[in-house]
Amino acid sequence: MTPAGAGAAGGTSALTARVRVRLPAQLQKLAQLPAEIVVAVDGAVTQRAVIDALEREHPVLGGTVRDRATDKRRPFVRFFAGESDLSNAPPDEPLPAAVCEGREPFVVVGAIAGG
Amino acid sequence: MSSVRLLVGTRKGAFVLTSDSRREHWEVEGPHFGGWEVYHVAGSKANPERIWASQTSSWFGQVLQRSDDGGKTWAAVGNEFSYEGDPGTHLWYDGTPRPWEFKRVWHLEPSLDDPDLVWAGAEDAALFRSEDGGKSWQELPGLRLHPSGPRWQPGAGGLCLHTILVHPGDPARMVVAISAAGVLSTRDGGSTWAPANRGLRSQFIPEPEAEVGHCVHKVVAHPSRPDVLYMQKHWDVMRSDDWGASWHEVSGDLPSDFGFAIGVHAHEPETIYVVPIKSDSEHYPPEGKLRVYRSRTGGGEWEALTEGLPQAHCYVDVLRDAMAVDSLEPCGVYFGTTGGQVYASADAGDTWAPAVSNLPAVLSVEAQTLP
Repeated sequence: MTPAGAGAAGGTSALTARVRVRLPAQLQKLAQLPAEIVVAVDGAVTQRAVIDALEREHPVLGGTVRDRATDKRRPFVRFFAGESDLSNAPPDEPLPAAVCEGREPFVVVGAIAGG
Repeated sequence: MSSVRLLVGTRKGAFVLTSDSRREHWEVEGPHFGGWEVYHVAGSKANPERIWASQTSSWFGQVLQRSDDGGKTWAAVGNEFSYEGDPGTHLWYDGTPRPWEFKRVWHLEPSLDDPDLVWAGAEDAALFRSEDGGKSWQELPGLRLHPSGPRWQPGAGGLCLHTILVHPGDPARMVVAISAAGVLSTRDGGSTWAPANRGLRSQFIPEPEAEVGHCVHKVVAHPSRPDVLYMQKHWDVMRSDDWGASWHEVSGDLPSDFGFAIGVHAHEPETIYVVPIKSDSEHYPPEGKLRVYRSRTGGGEWEALTEGLPQAHCYVDVLRDAMAVDSLEPCGVYFGTTGGQVYASADAGDTWAPAVSNLPAVLSVEAQTLP
């Protein structure tokens, strides 16, 4: 299901894209948010721009998916879109059109680790 | 009627325990922040309803929570802990330089008289200060930039700043302790620092009496005699009568002088408590007997306190921030274990009973005495 308002504009348009973001349970609870939210991204829809928007709209999530000092993805957090693991993709690379257009969410996953 | 509130940080959340002044029956609330590690929960001395909690996760980093209603409800405050300038390097376990990197807050130390002022001790070792109730944090970089900083090396738990003592008569005087750098003190509010480890001897480092490099586990002081410090070092229980300028050993007749936690009686500055642990390779009590040892002579001579504590097959640990006292009469003493028990004594340690038995591993215990 596509949340209402997602994907109003996409790609590298100067317009505002409304990007769906799916959060892991721990961050839903921390920020008191549902599993999937929509954030507004101006300009190019990239990992960095989506996380910037996520942190701007929900300040409690600041520093939780990427390190505040280095902007690097936290080691036990992964990013997916559709079938693709984008965890190691350059942060300024445009996200797939399906994410930009609201057909697919940008998925933040807390890695299963620790046995 | 007075009451006591225990603030308990665990591997999987925070718990708040309350009891009346008899301290026999405890109401348990929690977990708050379930699933997250809570290294420390500390209440403001100026406003006991204000409580901070250090919530942290290897997955999602550091969150600082604050309650203004005694732990009933919580809201995240600021979690931006930035090292000032180029953070430089410390030594890694293998002796190679490693860039300073913020990981988590180990200890929170609220001001004695300002409800908005709180200090935070971090891993990698640094001291931060908030003047707005935890919304924003500023590093006191003079500590990390001490000339010995590039030689600091982490203990097994990390390069953590776990002890912050603010002199009650002069808040510009502070003592901090770092594993495994040791003790440092300031007389100017944190601008400049000096090592305060003379008299410590650590066999496991290349220079056993080095200026820095000691694995100090915890330091405590009594508010009425703040210049007297008591230390549980990796091995050795130590005492300083001159605010850390020099130390001497007071392990005396303890069955083991390894341990983490140390406490001081609320009304008797020469009465102190430790929980001996067998060794640094066997983190459990000697002989499987969980014993608190009390010295009424400021160390040196110790008595075992066992009534109500398991005296067979007990293999828990008691971590550095997991002991606390209240200020009722008689003094209440509390400690938490890695087995999830919080033990309470309402008679200064003579007898013990579990306040709660099956929490996640306990990382920290603080006691608030409420009017």
